[in-house]
Order: sequence, then structure tokens, then C-alpha cells
Amino acid sequence: MIEKALSGNKFYWAWVCFLLAVIAVGVASYIRQFHYGLGITGMSRDVSWGFYIAQFTFFVGVAASAVMVVMPYYLHNFKRFGRITILGEFLAIPAVVMCMLFIFVDMGQPTRILNVILYYTPNSIMFWDMVALSGYLTINVLVGWTTLSAQQKSVPPPKWVKPLIYLSIPWAFSIHTVTAFLYAGLPARHFWLSAIMAARFLASAFAGGPALLVILCIIIKRITKFDPGEKAVKGLVTIVTYALIVNIFFVGLELFTALYSQVPGHMQTFKYLYFGLGGHGKLIPLMWFSTFLAISAVVLLLVPATRTNQITLLFACASVHISLWFDKGFGFVIGGFVPNPLEKVTEYWPTLNELLVTTGIWSIGLLILTALYKIAISVKVELEA
Amino acid sequence: MSIGRRQFLKAAGVTGLLGLVGSPLLKIFAPGELEASSEFREGAALTARRWSLVVDMKGFPTVESYTKCIEACYNAHNIPHMDNEKHEVKWIWPETYEHAFPDNYDVYLSENIESMTFLILCNHCDNPPCVRVCPTKATFKREDGIVAMDYHRCIGCRFCMAACPYGARSFNWRDPRPFIKNLNPLYPTRTKGVVEKCNFCAERLSRGEHPACVEASEGALVFGDLKDKDSNVRNILRTKFAITRKPDRGTLPRVYYIIGGS
Repeated sequence: MIEKALSGNKFYWAWVCFLLAVIAVGVASYIRQFHYGLGITGMSRDVSWGFYIAQFTFFVGVAASAVMVVMPYYLHNFKRFGRITILGEFLAIPAVVMCMLFIFVDMGQPTRILNVILYYTPNSIMFWDMVALSGYLTINVLVGWTTLSAQQKSVPPPKWVKPLIYLSIPWAFSIHTVTAFLYAGLPARHFWLSAIMAARFLASAFAGGPALLVILCIIIKRITKFDPGEKAVKGLVTIVTYALIVNIFFVGLELFTALYSQVPGHMQTFKYLYFGLGGHGKLIPLMWFSTFLAISAVVLLLVPATRTNQITLLFACASVHISLWFDKGFGFVIGGFVPNPLEKVTEYWPTLNELLVTTGIWSIGLLILTALYKIAISVKVELEA
Repeated sequence: MSIGRRQFLKAAGVTGLLGLVGSPLLKIFAPGELEASSEFREGAALTARRWSLVVDMKGFPTVESYTKCIEACYNAHNIPHMDNEKHEVKWIWPETYEHAFPDNYDVYLSENIESMTFLILCNHCDNPPCVRVCPTKATFKREDGIVAMDYHRCIGCRFCMAACPYGARSFNWRDPRPFIKNLNPLYPTRTKGVVEKCNFCAERLSRGEHPACVEASEGALVFGDLKDKDSNVRNILRTKFAITRKPDRGTLPRVYYIIGGS
């Protein structure tokens, strides 16, 4: 099947070349970082995780969201998703790869990364994150590839795939739960020390991931001969709407606990993110923009006229994705470090080199996604022809 | 099991390719790097069942009185003086009460306490979150309670920095060696990309010497065995009111502060 990714029209190749060029810039920027050290980023003694770890956290959500098409289809026999399960599984693969790359580029001593296996330490959540992510990647590659090649040959998939598919469902929940546990178990950071963190992560993932899938479905329908089906998109939109509302509800719960209890440690980061703390407030515009996008997306998704119109639907889904990206892919991680344990404020802002490395990783993700979707869609189109 | 010609050629090809690509890759990523090394001399080591430190604030009336402790530490451990504040490496440093004990702060505190400067450092917690989160055991708790680090195992993930409620950990955001003022050959320098912090002078204890800051403090810092009921630290804690930083986090810090009274 892989040969299908190696043939395409000139637009396909132009897109691939564009991605390769951005990747090359990213690799060069990474080499620069490798020589200088992580001091080339905007991170500091006080804000010791930045854009990389935030992006990692966000894309774990995108990866986990594949379960939102897999579970209805395989567990509830929701036939409409039959055409897009492969799109969900193939979205999870580049998402996990990006997560791994973001972790890798964030390491101070990347050449020692195998110490995590060599001196495996089960009391560290990072160990479980490694297990969860690599397991999830393996499951999705195996399931996606074998079911698609069975489809291509018009035969039922081999029997051993079924248990793997069922395993992928709790596994998807586990990857984001474990990622939340990286933060939620730290006595040092009030903002993260919250029992609802994993639930909130899952809710935002099940909104943001499927929203991206809706966008991808609409693009696929436009530029290829494959139609993912209006009914499938409708199903996804329902999931996005509910998950987004649940996520906003969870944020509300956090705000209530912090603001009504008036415990300073619980309030400070919220103050910093939305109003500024001690004259520092670089993230304020981002956080309000994110809030605005989330609320307008809820409205657009609830009103039947805007939900069914393709343009407004695209706009709504993009709003969901971007809103959650700002919230989880930026504010959540940076905010946890402000104020620092001594209650001083050091601000963070990514540097150009850091952004170039990041766009390089995004492009690697997009390249894998492009190749996998090309394969999947070519197979589907051939079958339907 | 034998392998066929085709398989052999494949394997040979992959190996050859690795050989070709591997060495230039090494040149790109690690040009002329040297590993740091150091030897510790054997001597009559100082030992305890649970090392701890008492900071008696009466002993720090002037800037000079605490600065010399900090300098002793910096010189003993090859701590770089980074020019960028964001990249600072700190093992022991001065803070006001408001920042050292943020949970116990009130605007109507006595002027005396407001004017005090507290030396803060790693608390060598009995229940250290940094050890709990470290994915490689590069940070570990010794039997004598010292929370120590293996700089050669640390992968620089900085999970420990996120986990420490005391801001006691520093990361080498860039090569620290050009920023070391007086090189001490008895302690290793660090490389970029690893975390470091106060080690209660484990290397000096092994040589039978007290921690550098304790030695320089002229009695204001008292170092001793918390599990020995007749030890210097236990005698002080028995008679004077001492506080620890952020006791509510359940970390059981083992650096005590005596602030006032007799």
C-alpha cells in the first residue's frame, strides 16, 4: 500500500516539498539548539517547561481523540463512522510521533534518553507516559494498517485485530490520563494540583481532536474523490459540541474552587493568565482570545443554521481547535510555573529558534498525516470505483 | 537459522549506511566533547543516620555574614555566575521572609523579620517529590537522607524542577564552564543540559569535612544528625522554636529556621 503515497499530482508533490523544506529549517534550528543548549529557548529557571512540553500535552489529546471514532464504530456499531475510523486512527499516528518528538527536543541531554528504559523507574509518571505513548503508537499502526489492507483485498481483517481494537479504547483514555498525571501529582504547583485535570484533558481532547477531523473531512471531500459522508461529519460535530461544553464546565469548576475558596495559591495562576500578576501579563490576550473562540464556537455549534452551513461549521471547528490550542498548548503549561514557588513572577515567551523547531515538528506530523491519508483515501477510492 | 543472500545484503547495506551516516552525525552533534571526571579521596568520612541543617537567623546580622556562606558554596562546587538571570544556577541564595515563607506571610509582620535575609537551599526532604518524579533515578535519596544527583545519568527532562516546591533546582541552560570563576578540581563541573542543586556537600562529608556553608557561617549554620537524640541539631530543636518551609506539602523538609526568641 505504501506505494500509493509515492504517486500523486503536482499539487501533492508541491505540498510534500513545502513540508520537507520546513522540516529542514526545523532540523537546522534543532542542531543550533543542540550546540547551544536549551538556553536558546525562552525557558528559564522559573518557567522550566515551555512551548515544547505544552505542544506535547496538546497533541496527546489529538492522539487520544481517535477513540471518539473508534469507540462508537466498534463498540456501539455506529455504522456512519465506518468511513472515517481509518482517518481517526491515521490521525493518531502523526499526533503520537509529534508528542515523542516534542519530548525529545525538550531534553537537556537527548543522547541519554534511553536512560528512561535502562534505569526504568515505575514511580515516575514519565516512565508510564513512555509506555502509554509507545503502546498507543504501536496499536494504531497495527490496527490501522491491517484493517486497511484487509479492506483493500476485500477480505475481513485477521481475528487478532479485534482484541487490539478493543484494547485501543481504554489505551486512548490512558494516554491522556497519564499525561494529566504528569502535572496533577506535583505538590509544588497549585494550578496543576487538581483532581479534575485528567477529566478536563479528556474533555478538551474529545472536542479539539474531532474538530480537527471535521476540518480534515471537509478538506478531503474538496480535494479528493473520497467523500467521508455528511452523516459521519454530523456525528463528529455532535461529539465536538458535547465535549466542548463539558470542557467549559470543567474549567468553570476549577474557577469556582479557586475563586470562591480564595486560597491564594489556587487563584494566583488564574489571575496571572486572565488579568496579570504584579504587572506581568503576557498571556492575557491569548487567554481571552481562547475564551472568546470557545464561547463563539459553542454558539455556532448549537444554532442549527450555523451548524449545518459548511462555512460556519468550518469556522466553528477551527475556533474549537485554536481555542484549545491556546488553552492547553500554551496557557496551561506556562501558567503552572507562574508565580514560581517563591511567589515571584518570571514570564515566558518562545524564541524564534524554538518556534522554528516547533514548526519543523508540526511539518513532520503533517507529512506523516499526508502520506497516511493519501494511502487510505487511494485505497477507499479504488474500492468504490 | 541461516540467512539468505538477499537478507545478508540488506543487513550489510543497513550496517554500511549507519557507518557512513553515523560518524558525520556524531561530528555535527558532539564536536570534541569531553566528559568531566573527578576523584574523591578517601578519608575519615562524616556519617549520620539523617543529616539536617539548622539556620539560626541570629547568626546572620549583616550582608557579609551570609554572603561568605554563599561564596564558600560557589567556590566549592564550581557554580557558574551566569550573566542572564533566567539561566542562573543557585544552590544557596538569599531571600526575604515573604519569598522564603510565602504561605506564612502577612503585611503586619514585625519589622525585624521584614528586614531579615534568609539563606535558602535544597531542603533534603524526607519525602522528596523530585526523587519521586525522576524517570532515571538520577536524583535519589541516600541512606543518610541526602538528596543527591548523578549528573551523568540526568537526561535534563526537568520534571524535578516542576516538582520541587522550594525552587531549589537549577538547570544548565547552556555550557556553564566559561562562567566558573575559581575552578575547584575537587568537584566536577557540569555540562549543559543537566539539573543540579545543593548536595549538602556529600563530597566534603566523605573527606571528613563539614559542608562549605556551615564552615563559613561561624556557628550560624548547624549541621548534624537528626536521628541522634543527643546531636547538636536535636539539642537546638528541643529548646528553640524552629520552622520549615512549606510544611503543608508533605515533603518533610530537613532544613530548619530559628527566627526569634531565645
